Amino acid sequence: MIIGQAFDLLGRYCRFMWQVLSKPEKWSVFGQRTLQEIYKLGVDSLGIVTLISFFVGAVVTIQMANNLDNPFIPTYTIGYASRETIVLEFSSTIVCLILAGKVGSNISSEIGTMRITEQIDALDIMGINSAAFLAAPKVLAMVISVPLLVCYSMCIGIVGGWVSGLATGMVPSDDFVYGLHFTFKSFYIFYSLFKSTLFAFIIASVSSFFGYNVSGGALDVGRASTKSVVVSCISILMVNLLVTQLMLT
Amino acid sequence: MIEAKDIFKTFNGRTVMHGVSSTFEDGKTNLIIGKSGSGKTVLLKSLVGLYEVELGAILYDGRDTTRMGRRERLKLRQEIGMIFQGSALFDYMTVLENVRFPLDMFSNLTAAERDKRAKECLRRVNLEATADSLFPAQISGGMQKRVAIARAIVQEPRYLFCDEPNSGLDPVTSGVIDSLISEITHESGITTIINTHDMNSVFTIGEHIVFIESGHKKWEGTQDDILKSDCPELNAFMSSAVRIMKMGK
Repeated sequence: MIIGQAFDLLGRYCRFMWQVLSKPEKWSVFGQRTLQEIYKLGVDSLGIVTLISFFVGAVVTIQMANNLDNPFIPTYTIGYASRETIVLEFSSTIVCLILAGKVGSNISSEIGTMRITEQIDALDIMGINSAAFLAAPKVLAMVISVPLLVCYSMCIGIVGGWVSGLATGMVPSDDFVYGLHFTFKSFYIFYSLFKSTLFAFIIASVSSFFGYNVSGGALDVGRASTKSVVVSCISILMVNLLVTQLMLT
Repeated sequence: MIEAKDIFKTFNGRTVMHGVSSTFEDGKTNLIIGKSGSGKTVLLKSLVGLYEVELGAILYDGRDTTRMGRRERLKLRQEIGMIFQGSALFDYMTVLENVRFPLDMFSNLTAAERDKRAKECLRRVNLEATADSLFPAQISGGMQKRVAIARAIVQEPRYLFCDEPNSGLDPVTSGVIDSLISEITHESGITTIINTHDMNSVFTIGEHIVFIESGHKKWEGTQDDILKSDCPELNAFMSSAVRIMKMGK
């Protein structure tokens, strides 16, 4: 029963994405809408990404310093471990989980409200592919802006770690910076950006799908919004496991 | 001219439209009337193509929409204008942008020409220029309906559909909206189909009237015939509607 429902949902999602990924009616309108969405979904998320990245970076460094407080372990290991934590998992996965809540619910409730107020019917009547018109710019905007946000989050997280190390006196600046450079693999950055691109696609497409298929009233919009966040988060965690297994082992 | 031929529509195994046939002529205001839940909206949405019918044919000047491919259908929809019950204006666009939107998507006019045409339509529905820069949430329900009419006629459609255009409006504003729709129909010689349960509309602008009950067409005729009808369901509907109108006075 549950498996049947899951396959039904997956089938409907694939049909929706087939519509979304078709050629836009007018490229100029599509470009304009994509820029608006980059601003709304990406630039407007800078505040929360800055705040969370700085403080998590700071906490990670303090915890590393506490747990690696051993005369046999060099101090630069704290910078190294903080860098690995931030680059490999925090900035890509955790930031995307946070964005699934912030941006995903926004997308889902916006499209859902358009559905219940017949704005999507109005687009259909005009002969516009409503799924592509509404969801495609959001998907593209997320795929462009989330990897940039992840890069930004890595920088801010590392700055947060460095500041907390200095402020608490737990890690000298030179050791922390040495640790940041220690056995650095640029592939890890590629891995992190690659998976964040996948997560961005999941957040935008899943949230659009649930919003687009709302029927009923305001309560159903709320339900769809919650469902989209839950499904996006679960999908992100599953894809994270799969990508990590495929790329890092 | 639009012809419905023996159309059936089913939702979750329940038939809600039972072999309805009718012909809606050019240059006339055709009304579909009936109680709430009688199947008026299902009929209108089936005619316009928002619902797929299970059986029967829908012909737009001889073109059968039930046998059309997606591309053909999208092209036909550019000949259709529709006014929704809740106006269905796009929240994030100003009044002028809402009306200009179909032109932005489909016309090859320059930006200045599109603006000029949109403003012509707004003046045609008697909206002041000061309203152009306002958002739908900043104008009254009656003004929203007029903007919806302007948006529906901006591409000079051949077919105009109106789903309860007077819903939620006071009698004076309802009269204004009815007159506008009737004038536009006669000026342009388009096929207009209005879905309503407002008896004022029936007696002021109804030229061809179809009465629906429980998904069946029970009666069809002109404004003059309606008072002489021997259809018991129509007479019961009329007398209760007239009683409510008297109570309102």
